[in-house]
Amino acid sequence: MQLIPCPWCGPREEVEFHYGGQAHVAYPAESAALSDEEWAKFVFFRDNPRGPFAERWSHAAGCRRWFNAVRDTRSYELLAVYRPDQERPVTT
Amino acid sequence: MTADFRLPRGGRIDRDSALRFTFNGLSLTGRQGDTLASALLANGVHQVTTSIKYGRPRGIMAAGVEEPNALVQVAEPFAEPMLTATTVELYDGLVADGLVGHGRLTDEPDPARYDSKHAHCDVVVVGAGPAGLAAALTAARSGARVVLVDDQNEAGGSLLGTDDYLDDRPSDAWVRDVVAELDATPDVLLLNRTAAFGAYQDGFVLALQRRTDHLGFDAPRHIARHRIWRIRAKQTVIATGAHERPIVFGDNDRPGIMLAGAARTYLHRYGVQVGRRVGVFTTNDSAYVAAIELAEAGVDVPVLIDARHDVPPKLGAECAARGIDVYAGHVVTGTEGRDHLTDVHIGSLTGWHADTVVCDTLLVSGGWNPAVHLFSQLGGALRYAPGLGAYVPGERLPTARAAGSAAGAFEVTTCIEQGAGAGRDAARAAGFSPGVEVAVPVADARAEETPSAVLWSVPGEPNGVFGAEYVPNAPFGSVPDDARFVDLQRDATVSDVLRATGAGLSSLEHVKRYTTIGTAHDQGKTSGLLAAGIVADALGEDLADRRPTTFRPPYTSVPFAALGGRDRGELYDPVRVTALHDWHVAHGAEFEDVGQWKRSRHYPRQGEDMHAAVLRECRAAREGVALMDASTLGKIDVQGPDAAELLDMLYTNMMSTLKVGRIRYGVMCGIDGMVIDDGTVIRLTEDRFLLTTTTGNAAMVLDWVEEWLQTEWPHLRVFATSVTEHWVTVPLVGPRSREVLATLAPDLDVSNDAFGFMTWQDGTVAGIPARVCRISFSGELAYEINVNAWHGLALWEALIEAGEPYGITPYGTETMHVLRAEKGYPIVGQDTDGTVTPQDLGMSWAVSKKKADFIGKRSFARPENLRPDRKHLVGLLPADPTVLLPEGGQIIESDHLPEPPVQCLSPHSPAGLNRAHRVVAQPPVRMLGHVTSSYDSAALGRTFALAVLRSGRERIGEKLYVPIGDQLAAVTVTETVLYDKEGARRDG
Repeated sequence: MQLIPCPWCGPREEVEFHYGGQAHVAYPAESAALSDEEWAKFVFFRDNPRGPFAERWSHAAGCRRWFNAVRDTRSYELLAVYRPDQERPVTT
Repeated sequence: MTADFRLPRGGRIDRDSALRFTFNGLSLTGRQGDTLASALLANGVHQVTTSIKYGRPRGIMAAGVEEPNALVQVAEPFAEPMLTATTVELYDGLVADGLVGHGRLTDEPDPARYDSKHAHCDVVVVGAGPAGLAAALTAARSGARVVLVDDQNEAGGSLLGTDDYLDDRPSDAWVRDVVAELDATPDVLLLNRTAAFGAYQDGFVLALQRRTDHLGFDAPRHIARHRIWRIRAKQTVIATGAHERPIVFGDNDRPGIMLAGAARTYLHRYGVQVGRRVGVFTTNDSAYVAAIELAEAGVDVPVLIDARHDVPPKLGAECAARGIDVYAGHVVTGTEGRDHLTDVHIGSLTGWHADTVVCDTLLVSGGWNPAVHLFSQLGGALRYAPGLGAYVPGERLPTARAAGSAAGAFEVTTCIEQGAGAGRDAARAAGFSPGVEVAVPVADARAEETPSAVLWSVPGEPNGVFGAEYVPNAPFGSVPDDARFVDLQRDATVSDVLRATGAGLSSLEHVKRYTTIGTAHDQGKTSGLLAAGIVADALGEDLADRRPTTFRPPYTSVPFAALGGRDRGELYDPVRVTALHDWHVAHGAEFEDVGQWKRSRHYPRQGEDMHAAVLRECRAAREGVALMDASTLGKIDVQGPDAAELLDMLYTNMMSTLKVGRIRYGVMCGIDGMVIDDGTVIRLTEDRFLLTTTTGNAAMVLDWVEEWLQTEWPHLRVFATSVTEHWVTVPLVGPRSREVLATLAPDLDVSNDAFGFMTWQDGTVAGIPARVCRISFSGELAYEINVNAWHGLALWEALIEAGEPYGITPYGTETMHVLRAEKGYPIVGQDTDGTVTPQDLGMSWAVSKKKADFIGKRSFARPENLRPDRKHLVGLLPADPTVLLPEGGQIIESDHLPEPPVQCLSPHSPAGLNRAHRVVAQPPVRMLGHVTSSYDSAALGRTFALAVLRSGRERIGEKLYVPIGDQLAAVTVTETVLYDKEGARRDG
């Protein structure tokens, strides 16, 4: 079982966490102004890269706070964790 | 046939003990320290069972977890299937039987306890053989916290199966010293009888400790029988040793044919000679040692057959000195015997010489496979070592390293050196500087002289190799067309492998699944590499260029009971009960599970079934007064200056305009516009609201609120808190509810003018501070009374007492469902399924047109959501008012049931696929929707249902059909509200 480093609690077992999908997909400020296609992109389409991927996690059975993580989808290795209001850090 | 095969001395057994046991009905005696296998062999019993496919006799082949044949079912003291005789420690009174492939789970409840324990350390070492002991001691001396796990009953590993000396002392003296030092070192945990079965990311190792199995009938009840160790280590040392590899030849499966190393183990660890007249067949030097040691112990070893042309000079001379004829460049070509080996056919690889040797036992060694399982589980790449004919760890991992035989080293001093090195490196990587070095002892073991040869399978034809005189002897069960067995447990042969490659399969993963090789309890520990080698040879490829199959956990079988641990019975899942639960139990409630909650479903009186009870409870609610325990409703306290703004985004309705003192029904949707929950919103103050949710969705809704608050709108100054269990909530329902409440709440004006629908007031009910809400989920006049959970029972009992003159009746969830369905109120999760919009439910009135945005709004304008043929919530009235439609029943237009689109062959039809049976039938009947709720109604005097139906609102009045088994029930589509359409009853 993987350890996930919660930015607030430190490393905890993955069962304490809840996955939240791709990070940095902001809720559109003007949803009414979007075309049906643009809106459908926001609702239904997410990236699925092979390699580093910025995604949202919630420490659901711990501090209950959300954070972002860059995870390598090949190795599951978490390359960085950061607060939801922070920019995606540069990872190698 | 039993006889004494116990040698007069030697072995790590207690010769003064006498353990009586029963195997296959035979009463036998063994010694303390025996395994079931060693005790059987000591009694001359080789055959354990017959094989799964061909019914051929099968015996003990190994001395450890790699055993492919000797599956047993333990009957006493507690029935347990699928154990290997080689790993069951003998105890007095053991009753076991050989298993033909399949075990039988007992239907008796298991009285034993199982648990799990966490261990955190710097270095975990798997395996307490020479490498593992050296690794653990080196790491421990550096000050690291060490956990050392080993699957045997004592430390020593391969040393237990030899009579080697280390520093001029028997090797167990070295083992004892190391163990004593480990025991004396703080923060070192040595776990015997503990098999690491899985290695995972971030230094996580799972191990199964068998704590009391070896005690048999004397196992104390209070000690968990098995314990799962959840070990988290910074560094992992894999010192899991190696498994000896057999060689495939004709009739290689007879009882009496076993691995050479296993025979050494039976000799030295258990004081057992595995036969009276023992032949040896090998491709490497290690089996020479077995031959020599057996001969030294007084066993007749007539012949050693070496597939190599170059005999190791010293070992060869030692054999000659003991009268063992060494045949170089020879192989075993076949065997004879019925339930036990009698003769071995040998032949030279060049084909000029063939002979038959009388033997009751044949030891086989095709080399050694490093146990790389855990290394591979960690994602470590494996490399094929041509000299070994086996895979070894092929890369360096940052947090794990293999040492000793697991890394391809087979000399004991090399193993100790490697172990010490791995222990030092692991400790250093975990941040510890090396301590005193572990001295590498001088070993007297015979050194390897001649490199091993790699031989997977003796070349030749399936039915005999050298000449027509040899015919396989398979009179049992069905006869295989080939008796060269690769996987003995699966009865899979060389021909099976060649059939797979002949069919075009080349990937080992495919061949494995096609032939089932490596899929039995042993997961191919002896057979996997043989199959790989045979496939590579058949395809003319080099194993070094081919990918090995992936090793996956578990390394050895793990009982589900152990994995379940304490999480069974009432501890399987938390059970949540309300503050009124004991009252419900005392008053005969039947319960249903809603999420983790126990909710009263109905309160049957003497002689009533649920149907009768529900009709009575419904009547009381519609005609008199009734009450229920609705405390399980989710309750979320939302407060902060921006609370109204947040709720405006989360609900489809406008919540910011709600006045303090008032209540609004609200619907929540996902961003796709589909309903996810509904409930009421109470405005307590300008900046404080109380939300209710459906019972099963309380946690989900709180998560949903938190997600948006934290990730999208962190600028909003709002806090959300679950208060579900703070409150006991009791709806007091029915035309007489006002009178009952008035008696108990004299300071509350309960008139309709002073206390209108969808408003709330704080007051005192039965002397208890209460919040009373005019909310109705039944259409009747109703007051939802909320009090602090501590006072819940007092409130409930006061209501029961005050309502007695009016025949007050407690009701359960079933009645609640009927009452709400009669009014067409949907239940999220029952009448909806994640594809239903508020508009589909006929709730456009709950969707704000004024708000610029809310979650789901933009999706309502998607073309898909505007289709006229979306499924709408409607009512259904069966033509026969006594027919109860099944929930989930499909709705169709056709008034007859057509033939199923695919015809099935009946088991009685002629064998073979008849084309006439495969005619493509008519396209399937179009499903228009399905029944979501269905009840018998006291108020309507008939059955009714809610359903989601394509273009449902346009179909009102239409006649449709619902199949019930082979019958069709005619139904008429109606509006959802079937009772009190004008809503006249809610104000009393």
